[in-house]
Amino acid sequence: MKVSITVNGSSREADVEPRTLLVHYIREHLGLTGTNIGCDTSSCGACTVHVDGESVKSCTMLAVQADGCSVTTIEGISRGGEMHPMQKSFMENHGLQCGYCTPGMVMAAIGILDENPSPTEEEVRIGLEGNLCRCTGYHNIVQSVLAAAKK
Amino acid sequence: MGGSILGERVLRKEDPKFLTTGGKYVDDLLDEPKLAGALHVTYARSTVAHGKILSIDTSEAASMPGVVAVFTAADLGLQPVPSSFNPMATRTLLASDKVRYVGEPIAAIVSTTREQGEDAAETVYADYEVLPAYTDVMSAMAPGATLIYDACGSNVVFDTTVLGLPENTGDDFFKGCEVVARGMFTNQRVAPCPLEVRGSAVAWVDGRLHQWISTQHAQGALAPIAGANGVDPSQVRILTPDVGGGFGAKIGAYPEEVLLGVISSRVGKPLRWRETRSESMVALGHGRAQVQQVTIGGTRDGKVTHYQLHAFQDSGAWVDMGTILAPFMTRPMSSGVYAIPNIECRTTSVVTNTTPTVAYRGAGRPEATAAVERAMDLFALELGMDAAEVRRKNLIPKFSEPHTTVVGQTYDVGNYEESLNRVLAAADYAGWRRKQAERRKSGDARQIGVGVSVYVEITGGVGNGEQAKIEVLEDGRALVYTGTSPHGQGHATSWAMLASERTGIPMDRIDLVWGDTDLTPVGSGTMGSRSLQQGGNAVWSVAGTLVEKAKKVAARLLEANEADVVLDTDRGAFHVAGTPAVARTWAELAAAEKGNGGLSHDEFIGVPGATFPFGAHVAVVEVDTETGKVTHIAHTACDDAGKVLNPLLLEGQIHGGVAQGAAQALLEEVLYDADGNPTTSNLADYGFISAAELPSVTVVHMETPTPVNLIGAKGIGESGTIGSTPALQSAVVDAVSHLGVRHIEMPCTPQRVWAAIAAAGN
Repeated sequence: MKVSITVNGSSREADVEPRTLLVHYIREHLGLTGTNIGCDTSSCGACTVHVDGESVKSCTMLAVQADGCSVTTIEGISRGGEMHPMQKSFMENHGLQCGYCTPGMVMAAIGILDENPSPTEEEVRIGLEGNLCRCTGYHNIVQSVLAAAKK
Repeated sequence: MGGSILGERVLRKEDPKFLTTGGKYVDDLLDEPKLAGALHVTYARSTVAHGKILSIDTSEAASMPGVVAVFTAADLGLQPVPSSFNPMATRTLLASDKVRYVGEPIAAIVSTTREQGEDAAETVYADYEVLPAYTDVMSAMAPGATLIYDACGSNVVFDTTVLGLPENTGDDFFKGCEVVARGMFTNQRVAPCPLEVRGSAVAWVDGRLHQWISTQHAQGALAPIAGANGVDPSQVRILTPDVGGGFGAKIGAYPEEVLLGVISSRVGKPLRWRETRSESMVALGHGRAQVQQVTIGGTRDGKVTHYQLHAFQDSGAWVDMGTILAPFMTRPMSSGVYAIPNIECRTTSVVTNTTPTVAYRGAGRPEATAAVERAMDLFALELGMDAAEVRRKNLIPKFSEPHTTVVGQTYDVGNYEESLNRVLAAADYAGWRRKQAERRKSGDARQIGVGVSVYVEITGGVGNGEQAKIEVLEDGRALVYTGTSPHGQGHATSWAMLASERTGIPMDRIDLVWGDTDLTPVGSGTMGSRSLQQGGNAVWSVAGTLVEKAKKVAARLLEANEADVVLDTDRGAFHVAGTPAVARTWAELAAAEKGNGGLSHDEFIGVPGATFPFGAHVAVVEVDTETGKVTHIAHTACDDAGKVLNPLLLEGQIHGGVAQGAAQALLEEVLYDADGNPTTSNLADYGFISAAELPSVTVVHMETPTPVNLIGAKGIGESGTIGSTPALQSAVVDAVSHLGVRHIEMPCTPQRVWAAIAAAGN
């Protein structure tokens, strides 16, 4: 099936199998491998991207469902070589270790602040419940989001 | 003069890449030219836990769309391979005579796309004569149990008695004791769950195998892979891309990885393999899985005089690394931080029809700590003594010369009471005890529990040193080659800090090379919290020698005496003392040495032994006594890892360790049904801990440098896991101990807590 999706600001056309998940389209058709796959039950959130500004686990959506939508991945949030404030905050607060959950975590974190610009620690923790990390114990991820909210 | 960067909170150099384009993990090697046209491998797996294979029918799979080939053990002519830890146990890398756990690979499908391979794997039909399945050590050891490995003659595959160590003497051991407490504890099976599952890719190029693996130890994978392919190790190059976590489970090369080169030579194409999470949950090694029979005895005033542990280690269905963690990690650490004059410890490792067990963050030491800490709690409860006090009474006093415990383990340095004091103060232990008393008095449904643990562990027990090489390029940049292998720890930053400190080459001009067996042929990888104390230590030493070498070159260029040449590390330039204006930079020296093989130094730096980090944790929980729900409300950790290189990274390791330890105490457990079918085989069913279930962690710093290496560092990767689990389990029991509860098995789920309260009330 033919799809037309705007990805990180540029319009992309593709012919995909109907069963192709959005995450597979992003990784395999577009070669944008920043978005990772960590499970097969939509539990881990490693594949979180933004679809029309909302954070979405891209394994829960078919590529054809994103037809006509605007998708933003981790590769699309820096501006002119400057990291997004959330990316900077993760770096400054050591909010990542192995890096595998990181792109999804950053996209989810931006989504949290879009909805609630000054969350409490508890609200951040609950907001991140769908994004799993095995390295950081979440401590510095939570700190990264809280610090980004203060800026 | 600029100050030292050692000990500073230096941000990670590797982060911008991870944060902007993402890391390059094995599944991201889409534009690797050697892998152009690669086919995909999918493994069909056993659906029964224990059975004789009567036949495997791959004909339907072979006819599926996109399928290029299907191979069984017979098709590949696979021969039995013995276990490194008990050579009587042998298996073929694809099951041939029998299957021993659900998830064991039985056939390999090669297909054009990954999806086609998954579809085809569903159609591989194996006919089994089903045998009795054992999912726990006790049933596998029972008289008359069907043997899982016939040649072993028993399902016990390793016992400390074969090392000449005595059996435990039972109750007689405690004859003179005024107080004795007993328990049988399960240190349950958990899944390591790195966020990146296993994956690998292979290509034969001019008769040489190039294999990328998501691994903690490329050099260790070389021999088994060369062996399976029947080639000399020089004909194999293992490459490590970015690795999305390992936690011990990615130390050894697995059958699915070892076979790829063999399959690739059959089909004449490069191959990619990546398991799904559901496969990973049953085929990546599991951790812990120990049943512990514990008895503790002592005097009425709280002195422990006797301690006895019999640990039954579940090896799972292969005699893998899990087998030897009990005898070689749990047993030596059985005394913990305590001066116990009489200890008996026997370990028995048993095969079962479950996923093989391997190293998992802590690997044998969390089990040792959990056993002795639960014993201390039971002893305290028996005496009516405070948990912190009974510990304090039995701690090995501060020592700065090596201390040998009664089980024969020598610790480097220790100051256990100080770590306990610091953590109790920082956690406001006394304050929580007051709050607890108030809640108990008021009869609130939500009760407070406080748990304390004090631990010592062994790090750097693997490897007797590490290789490091530093090469200065003509543009003044430096490459640091290391035999260790990062997968989240931040080696690129830490090793650059060490090299920069000594050479004056700025950190952003130092790059790290690792995990490529052509470029770093010698290395013991990253495991057992060894990297900094062995790999970092080697970088530090080699950087020092490189500076001395460079001084010789500088002396020649400056036409000066070598003894008069000094290195100004602020600008990375050499000059004669007193005349800084005439200087030679690293770039100039490297250029001058171009004809002499370049400017570099490469050396294996040995260390005399392991180190023994220690610390103390306080966990606070709130338990809803009506529902059994546990909320982890505070956690304070004092982990002494010796001299700290980068506190930011140290804290990150502690946070992560605490979370994994808390996960074991409260949530996570791998489960099987009575027939050996896994019931926690994906992340929806397995209780992987999330941000919402954890508090922030208060880290208390303490530094007792070790004399064992040049930089004074001990390991920190596993400490958090070791200290947190027993503190948390203890806190849960403590919250309801006034109701008569003595023990609750891990994970302390609402159901278990509620049942324990109900049982105590009857």
